Amino acid sequence: MSILVDEKTRLITQGITGREGMFHTEQSMKYGTKVVGGVTPGKGGQTVMGNVPVFNTVADAAKKTKANATMVFVPPPFAADAILEAADAGIELIICITEGIPVSDMVNVHKYLQGTKSRLVGPNCPGVISPGKAKIGIMPAHIHKKGNVGIISRSGTLTYEAVGQLTALGIGQSTCVGIGGDPIIGTRFIDVLELFQKDRGTKAICMIGEIGGTAEDEAAYYIKKHVTKPVVGFIAGQTAPPGRRMGHAGAIISGGQGTAEEKMKVMKRCGIKVVKSPADLGKTIQKVL
Amino acid sequence: MKIHEYQAKEILRKYNVPVPNGVLISKKSEAPAAAKKLGTPVVVVKAQIHAGGRGKGGGVKLAKSPAEAEKHAGNIIGMTLVTPQTGPEGRLVKKVLIEEGMEIVKELYMGILVDRETSRVLIMASEAGGMEIEEVAADTPEKIIKEVVDPVIGVQPYLARKIAFALNLEGAALKAIIPFIINLYDSFVKEDCSMLEINPLVITSDDRVLALDAKVDIDDNAMYRHKDTLALRDTDEEDPTEVEASKFNLNYIKLDGNIGCMVNGAGLAMGTMDIIKLSGGEPANFLDVGGGADEEMIENGFRILLSDKSVKGIFINIFGGILRCDVLARGVVAATKKLHIKIPVVVRMEGTNMEEGHQILKDSGLNFLIGDGMKDGAQKVVKAIK
Repeated sequence: MSILVDEKTRLITQGITGREGMFHTEQSMKYGTKVVGGVTPGKGGQTVMGNVPVFNTVADAAKKTKANATMVFVPPPFAADAILEAADAGIELIICITEGIPVSDMVNVHKYLQGTKSRLVGPNCPGVISPGKAKIGIMPAHIHKKGNVGIISRSGTLTYEAVGQLTALGIGQSTCVGIGGDPIIGTRFIDVLELFQKDRGTKAICMIGEIGGTAEDEAAYYIKKHVTKPVVGFIAGQTAPPGRRMGHAGAIISGGQGTAEEKMKVMKRCGIKVVKSPADLGKTIQKVL
Repeated sequence: MKIHEYQAKEILRKYNVPVPNGVLISKKSEAPAAAKKLGTPVVVVKAQIHAGGRGKGGGVKLAKSPAEAEKHAGNIIGMTLVTPQTGPEGRLVKKVLIEEGMEIVKELYMGILVDRETSRVLIMASEAGGMEIEEVAADTPEKIIKEVVDPVIGVQPYLARKIAFALNLEGAALKAIIPFIINLYDSFVKEDCSMLEINPLVITSDDRVLALDAKVDIDDNAMYRHKDTLALRDTDEEDPTEVEASKFNLNYIKLDGNIGCMVNGAGLAMGTMDIIKLSGGEPANFLDVGGGADEEMIENGFRILLSDKSVKGIFINIFGGILRCDVLARGVVAATKKLHIKIPVVVRMEGTNMEEGHQILKDSGLNFLIGDGMKDGAQKVVKAIK
């Protein structure tokens, strides 16, 4: 089994006619994801990639295609609007890849989503893949392998690193979820942990965090209370200086809070197998399985 | 993006948040006229640098006459100001703000930020003004008032009153601080701030409420809708290499070590720094070339790394997803030849078109060290520079 995306996912792409949107939609389709349409305002009525219909609005697309998931590739100034449009149209799963959305836009989006049935993953994330079933996002498909390890991560390439190590050891993944590197995100560690705990196809969980904020601490306390499956964790940025934003808008140690050291301490105390080196993720997961 | 105190106060003025009258000068000879124009018996001379803790380093002085203001301005302009936040190298002061003096009866703290826990804007206030809020938070967290703002309604008078009463204000000061808080929140949202700190917020003997200091950080992601704010950037306050890197859209942060790192993705870049340290080395930088790096970007990345003279070896760690290893390898070979790189270069590549990439490195005739996994790569670069 898997979480969030699978054979039943019916995907549309917002920003499908853009370079990135088109490329990654095509890649997702090749992987086996059911792509049912796309949205670009003003280009409704066209078809792309053979027979994928383009719509002017998400509402149109939802009505005609019965889509239940969307992948957002809209540029940062318009991305918040795209997420709101998808939620308004009742799309259940909104995966926003866009990096660089103003944080004040996300404050409003977050508030609005609370009154809807939509779940947002991201923004500023690589997306979600359930190997062998479906992928929504920009991750390289070929490194994945179907299996029973669930991965949650704030970082893109560091997730690929963990996946690469696992696959090389012959260990597959149930679902890999990139939750994104921004300060305000739609789906947090705990939301995904809850899903993995319930998922019968997931036997162990790999959680990759980074400096900044307290999401990993929250997750660690949640794991202690609610998660019975083994969890292996890593925090990137043990050598990062305070007060500097390390690439991701959310990766910043401020006011003495959010250091890797502190997070690792809390995680260990809550029973998570914490690795100091990202090169040890695969081996450690192998041991707990 | 950080801005100067005088710039932050200009913004606050636009939103009717009271700030002291002040004059910005860059020559000490302008000080007496500025002090006379302000007309108060005492004026304050304040160094304009981005770092906080200026008073502790001698960057803030009181002057009781225009002549004294000139003397202080003369001492401060051109000084290398060292504060707890500048690091030991300090920061050169180019401008000072001369401000009216006033009789202060109460010093408060007020900060607004985006709170990750609640995903809302959070207002923090405290009666312990003038102190480092981190220290207050650590020692006496009960002295910090926190109010989460609902973005739909913003700061309504009731919320401002709640904060004002919690700060134990009364009378005219209580009345004055309510619009102060509402306008401050307004400026935070409309100017797309990621952090706004008034420390101290003062109550004067004549019941005025003023932002005596102002620290503002603006969301880089929102800069496209604040073209005028972009002009407030002072690159003198930033590391020159970082400024150069930002021109090429490279995410670079200088650190103290001697191993230059070039990585795709922020998380992997941090993880690479960590593994270098675990292998006994010290990373010289954080450099994320992103997912769409091309030959030109890699060349620029090399240039930035090499401009740091303490770099003795380079570790390239790429997990190719969208970025193909063959493209990366061609870029690395071209840049190494073009820039005549003599120091050891360790390349670790994995992912899309990995074999092709390795073949290109091999065929180049250049002396690359190949990392088999990130641990092996880190160990090789640490060994190579010893």
